[in-house]
Amino acid sequence: MRGATTVKWAACAVAVALAATACGGGSSGGGGGADGIVSSSWGDPQNPLEPANTNEVQGGKVLDMIFRGLKKYDPKTGAASNMLAEKIDSTDNQNFTVTVKDGWTFSNGEKITAKSFVDAWNYGALLKNNQKNAYFFGYIDGYDKVHPDTGTASAATLSGLKLVNDRTFSVKLSQKFSLWPDTLGYPAFAPLPKAFYTDHAAWVSKPIGNGPYTIDKYAKGSSMSLRKWDKYPGDDKAQNGGIDLKVYTDNNTAYTDLTAGNLDLVDDVPASQLKNVKADLGDRYINTPAGIIQTLAFPFYDKAWDTPGGIKVRQGLSMAINREQITDQIFRKTRTPASDWTSPVLGADGGFKKGLCGKECTYDAAEAKKMIQDGGGIPGGQLKISYNADTGSHKEWVDAVCNSINKVMGNNKACVGAPIGTFADFRSQVSQQKLHSPWRAGWQMDYPLIQNFLQPVYYTNASSNDGKWNNKQFDDLVNKANAESDKAKAVSTFQDAEKVMVEQMPVIPLWYQNGSAGYSDRVTNVSLNQFSVPVYEQIKVK
Amino acid sequence: MGRYVIRRLLQMIPVFFGTTLLIFLMVNVMGDPIAGLCGDRQCDPATAAQLRSEFGLDKPVWQQYLTYMGNVFTGDFGTAFNGQKVTELMGTAFPITIRLTLVALFFEIVIGISLGVVTGLRRGRPVDTTVLILTLVVISIPTFVTGLLLQLLLGVQWGIIKPSVSSEAPINELIIPGLVVASVSLAYVTRLTRTSIAENARADYVRTAVAKGLPGRRVIIRHLLRNSLIPVVTFIGTDVGALMGGAIVTERIFNIHGVGYQLYQGILRQNSQTVVGFVTVLVLVFLAANLIVDLLYAVLDPRIRYA
Repeated sequence: MRGATTVKWAACAVAVALAATACGGGSSGGGGGADGIVSSSWGDPQNPLEPANTNEVQGGKVLDMIFRGLKKYDPKTGAASNMLAEKIDSTDNQNFTVTVKDGWTFSNGEKITAKSFVDAWNYGALLKNNQKNAYFFGYIDGYDKVHPDTGTASAATLSGLKLVNDRTFSVKLSQKFSLWPDTLGYPAFAPLPKAFYTDHAAWVSKPIGNGPYTIDKYAKGSSMSLRKWDKYPGDDKAQNGGIDLKVYTDNNTAYTDLTAGNLDLVDDVPASQLKNVKADLGDRYINTPAGIIQTLAFPFYDKAWDTPGGIKVRQGLSMAINREQITDQIFRKTRTPASDWTSPVLGADGGFKKGLCGKECTYDAAEAKKMIQDGGGIPGGQLKISYNADTGSHKEWVDAVCNSINKVMGNNKACVGAPIGTFADFRSQVSQQKLHSPWRAGWQMDYPLIQNFLQPVYYTNASSNDGKWNNKQFDDLVNKANAESDKAKAVSTFQDAEKVMVEQMPVIPLWYQNGSAGYSDRVTNVSLNQFSVPVYEQIKVK
Repeated sequence: MGRYVIRRLLQMIPVFFGTTLLIFLMVNVMGDPIAGLCGDRQCDPATAAQLRSEFGLDKPVWQQYLTYMGNVFTGDFGTAFNGQKVTELMGTAFPITIRLTLVALFFEIVIGISLGVVTGLRRGRPVDTTVLILTLVVISIPTFVTGLLLQLLLGVQWGIIKPSVSSEAPINELIIPGLVVASVSLAYVTRLTRTSIAENARADYVRTAVAKGLPGRRVIIRHLLRNSLIPVVTFIGTDVGALMGGAIVTERIFNIHGVGYQLYQGILRQNSQTVVGFVTVLVLVFLAANLIVDLLYAVLDPRIRYA
């Protein structure tokens, strides 16, 4: 029996290995009740965590927990209400006076004054600070001096911002904008403590804010522990002891961890699991609208698309897409067919109008084919829809959209997908106007206002008007709406501008994206806000 | 021997520069990384221009490469887009992946060689046939299938392990991922050892050793195994580099924040600083592992000499 000992050894090694893992499999959950800690999935933020530099959901999640601004959006209705602002007054919709509430401090004890805001905004707007959200300050007078399109800044501070006294400052905008105060709930407008400027590196490695949570530990790229801040003066105090965010490389693993009871909250259910989600989680699965719309954009800088007949072609293409079928079968109802250019999260008062687009956004095969042919057919004879193939399940739906168009046209080659390797490459081709066929586009709102769905994306030369569409009638209506002091009137004027888009079809609205999340039976009261971010402070631990 | 080592070290220099240049070019060809930094909207041109000059992306590629290599020799691997030093990222990622690789190597060496010896000595017997079939199965199943399956069974169904590894990644949590990473190589090690042992078992020196009346264990370990390990050591040596780089899939499945994770993130974000930095270190690991293998030959079999 020469080999017997070795066999025994191998068997022992495996046994030891399994036993050791079993030891490591224990749960590390904290207490329950108001001190319970919620564990949640997270993604590695793309940029350093600074309020004016964070433009994606993962970093935004953290800012939402550690910062409170002048306004706060109601997680259910999206309505902006005063948070740190006592009042924001204006007589002409262009000059505003902001009064900051008394009694608020940062978590390091520093008092929040009007200066905390003015300094933070000046920092965010200044070109040399490289803040990716600098354009949020673009409405304030003097922005073109501190943040010119090219060259260096000729001023260090915004001339439109004036400190009046300890608790008051005034803002002068470069144009009339009645809804401007409602934009101030966006994290970019958060106040910043002195420590941010004096020891920036230390601040970035462990940010200090004024929200219901403070950062306890931050291991960049892997995890962050947030704990309830006991002295938080606001009325939206945390209902749990804290949140542990854990970075997942793959949302499938996060979902597996949730089903194994190793994680409490996943705010991005992977598409491949959608068919199991009911069986796995039952009513612990959330699927609610988020302020995201997906569209097909067209290159108006290309002569072939900017023709009088082009309108009919675009309308026809819109009618050739069977939105119902695609959202049902590919997205399993985590998208809703779009019938305007905003999002259901705005609500009827906020400007969402179901069916505004009318028959132009409704599937009608016969009419679609006729329209496309009347308009002179698809430019170049073939529609190539560009998308990035690295993230999301863009290939699936682009193929489905093409399939739908091909069926209408009775031609298997009428529409094809044109994948681009990475998101960065896709974006650089879009922004450098290298695409000569439509591409997948999308808009995630910055703040729940109809203005945000229209002006930054479709106004002439607006920052995200990648297709370079321009229409004087549309621009005039947007200007008129912004100058309107009555909110309802402003909203209906924005809708008039949207009606111009029905006639012109500069981009085809496809569907509104929902936020989807799942949670364990250890927690209750979980919901997503309009930005599809969990409302962490309301989560209760059993 | 000394001259041989020096020659090998000198050969590493062109390989090193060649591979880093290739990676650098590949990452650059993928397009403008700044465009992806602002999400689905366009970065405002002034900020984009400033970021580009800060990361040196506004210069021609050859100049970027030279600056980069110059910095690397002073130990500066640049900064990732999230503001972290690449050396800092390496400091967190490499220890984890090295631990994972060691666990995998442990399985390869202990299980692989043991099974190889057992089957090599019992060719044609049921044990041999069973192990041969098993290794064939392991080789033919892709790692991600094994990984997902083990994760589902052990992690979710039976609750023996946590489905994901925590950010500190202690050894005991890395055992199953290590086994998954090792699985295919383990099967090859078994087969290599088996063939080699079976071949040498009939050699004259083994017969002599047995005839001398040496105990069976000594014959196997000192005489038979030592001579049979040369192809196995070659394989394991080259495998070290492959394990470290190839752990991308497994690291993703088990959420291990090691080298694979950083590389994947770097490629997605087109962060040339991260990707080139990590690959540079991996290239060095690969080269070093190969050198060590070649030197080990002489230890195992003094007949193999170097000029």
